Amino acid sequence: MNGKSVLRAVALTLIGLFFLFPLFWVVLMSFMTNADILRNPPSPFFTPTLHNYTALVSGNLGTNVGTQKIDYMLNLFNSTVLSGFSVILSLILGVPAAYAFARYKFRLGEDMAFTLLSFRFAPPLLVLLPLLMYFQSIGLYDTYFGLVWVYQLITLPLVLWIVRGYFEDVSEDIELAYRLDGHSWLRTFFRISIPLARPGIAAAALLSFIFAWNNFIFALILGSSGVQPVTVGALAFVTASGIEYGQIAAALVFSIMPTLVLAVFTQRYLVEGLSLGAIKG
Amino acid sequence: MAFLEITGLSKSFKDHKVINDLSIGIEKGEFLAVFGPSGCGKTVFLRLIAGMMPADSGEIDIDGQSVVDANPEDRDIGMAFQNYALYPHMTAFDNIASPLRSRHVTAAEVDARVKETARMLRIDHVLDHLPKALSQGQKQRTALARSLVGRPSVVLLDDPLRNVDAKIRYEMRFELPRVLRRYESTVIYVTQDYKEAMALGDRVAVLVDGAFGQAAAPHEIYDSPSTIRIARLFGDPPINLLPVRPITGAAGTEMSVAGSTVRLPADRAALSGRECMFGIRSENVVVSLEPNNGIPMTLDAITPVNNRLVMLLGGNEGTELFASCPQGGPMDRLRGRHNAWITLDLAHAHFFDNGNGARI
Repeated sequence: MNGKSVLRAVALTLIGLFFLFPLFWVVLMSFMTNADILRNPPSPFFTPTLHNYTALVSGNLGTNVGTQKIDYMLNLFNSTVLSGFSVILSLILGVPAAYAFARYKFRLGEDMAFTLLSFRFAPPLLVLLPLLMYFQSIGLYDTYFGLVWVYQLITLPLVLWIVRGYFEDVSEDIELAYRLDGHSWLRTFFRISIPLARPGIAAAALLSFIFAWNNFIFALILGSSGVQPVTVGALAFVTASGIEYGQIAAALVFSIMPTLVLAVFTQRYLVEGLSLGAIKG
Repeated sequence: MAFLEITGLSKSFKDHKVINDLSIGIEKGEFLAVFGPSGCGKTVFLRLIAGMMPADSGEIDIDGQSVVDANPEDRDIGMAFQNYALYPHMTAFDNIASPLRSRHVTAAEVDARVKETARMLRIDHVLDHLPKALSQGQKQRTALARSLVGRPSVVLLDDPLRNVDAKIRYEMRFELPRVLRRYESTVIYVTQDYKEAMALGDRVAVLVDGAFGQAAAPHEIYDSPSTIRIARLFGDPPINLLPVRPITGAAGTEMSVAGSTVRLPADRAALSGRECMFGIRSENVVVSLEPNNGIPMTLDAITPVNNRLVMLLGGNEGTELFASCPQGGPMDRLRGRHNAWITLDLAHAHFFDNGNGARI
């Protein structure tokens, strides 16, 4: 090993430590009691306990003034449902739209694409309060459907703009060659365009899933405890007798699991290049 | 009416007329080589036939049926793209099988026909490879196989030999006509290499200014180009062109070349007094190093090109002429500058109008 590669290894380790340390500390915290966590100075040496996890799974939050019912498992389920369906709906709507924006020039096309993107600029609170009134009057308040609908503000623009770029990179000649072979437009879309944009679709789906998962304000205002995701559910750990840091840490570990698994699973698509060598370099 | 009949085809991009009132008829089984300089609209022409872009106006009939409004998938056309346009996520086999799979052909027949075509193009050993694992030559053959396997009524080949190395190009010039004859295909082959067009085409059509300036047998175009532009496009070295003004005197009609007087054949008397361009190919300029009654010039440079020796000659009034002769003569080892006397074979010379460039 020469000097350069040693230096490189040290630098990579330092960078890794820097970025992973908060995560590592949260994982440690999830195995500590509140007393261990609040000890000054903090120490990585303690007697690990599974207490935080059992409290979350059983739904009984034990504080020093008595037990409190929490529904963290329901929150986890809600997060999965809301994020999952939001992404699925965004893919169904966004992928064909992205294709249209990438391939065809039509009147107001760019304006429409930009309008969709501009949803990301608007301060959510400004939109949410009037929306709350409407939702209450048409019965969408506190429903999965209502939240999935509003989540489109987060997920749809992401899917549209990321996938559009990938469709633009798919050679039009390849699609036209397939049509000349006698296949219909629709078949070409499903057999050529979508498979070739798959890395982009996977990346967009993953990113929008994470964004939806991490959303807090939409569900806080437009839903009650029945449909609220983990981000809002975590508020329950702020109790009358103090903040349950250990359980918050355990809840965090739980809540990053799904996105972590997804990221590992779709990584292959994320790194897979688009040009698979059919077009000359 | 020809098998593939194109009438008045036009296509503009913004204000630029790429294809302008183009018409041609192609017979069944004919191999038409379309030749034109790069950027002249050859690819657009193929795309209009394939239905990959709509024509502004004009008619395209295949076997008596108008296809001008049909979708690409309904035109029964096979096409090999310059960039191959293989499906990167499918094996070579599935690439080639694609035209058959759209036609409800049984799996056994798909298998048989793909393998037969692949064998003929000598890619049967790489059928399970993805395009990225194929060499340039194999990609090109896969694209060719895909365009032929469905036996479409018209096959369009968009400069398929452009991106392969010289060895494969040479091989394919022999192989392609054999394969295409076997499939009895009606072929439009686009190239920007005039030699390739002449070597492969039953007929060569020259695309200039968005329409066919001339469509004829290869040697007819070479020997009697219809305009000065077409004359310039064919030939290596390029045709010699000199501005002249023939005058009829007591000795007959004469013109001045490099300061010397050259007498024209009697049938050229009509050119008298007319400013025009005199064109003569290098092989019709005969060079002698011994003084004779030819035009005195100097031999400035000599270089072998395609088994011929090409000579650059300089003369009075800044005149430059290319001459050529077969290799294997006394000129082979000639170096340096020499005095030379040249004779022009006027039976093979051309005169072009100064205005519209048409051959007189």
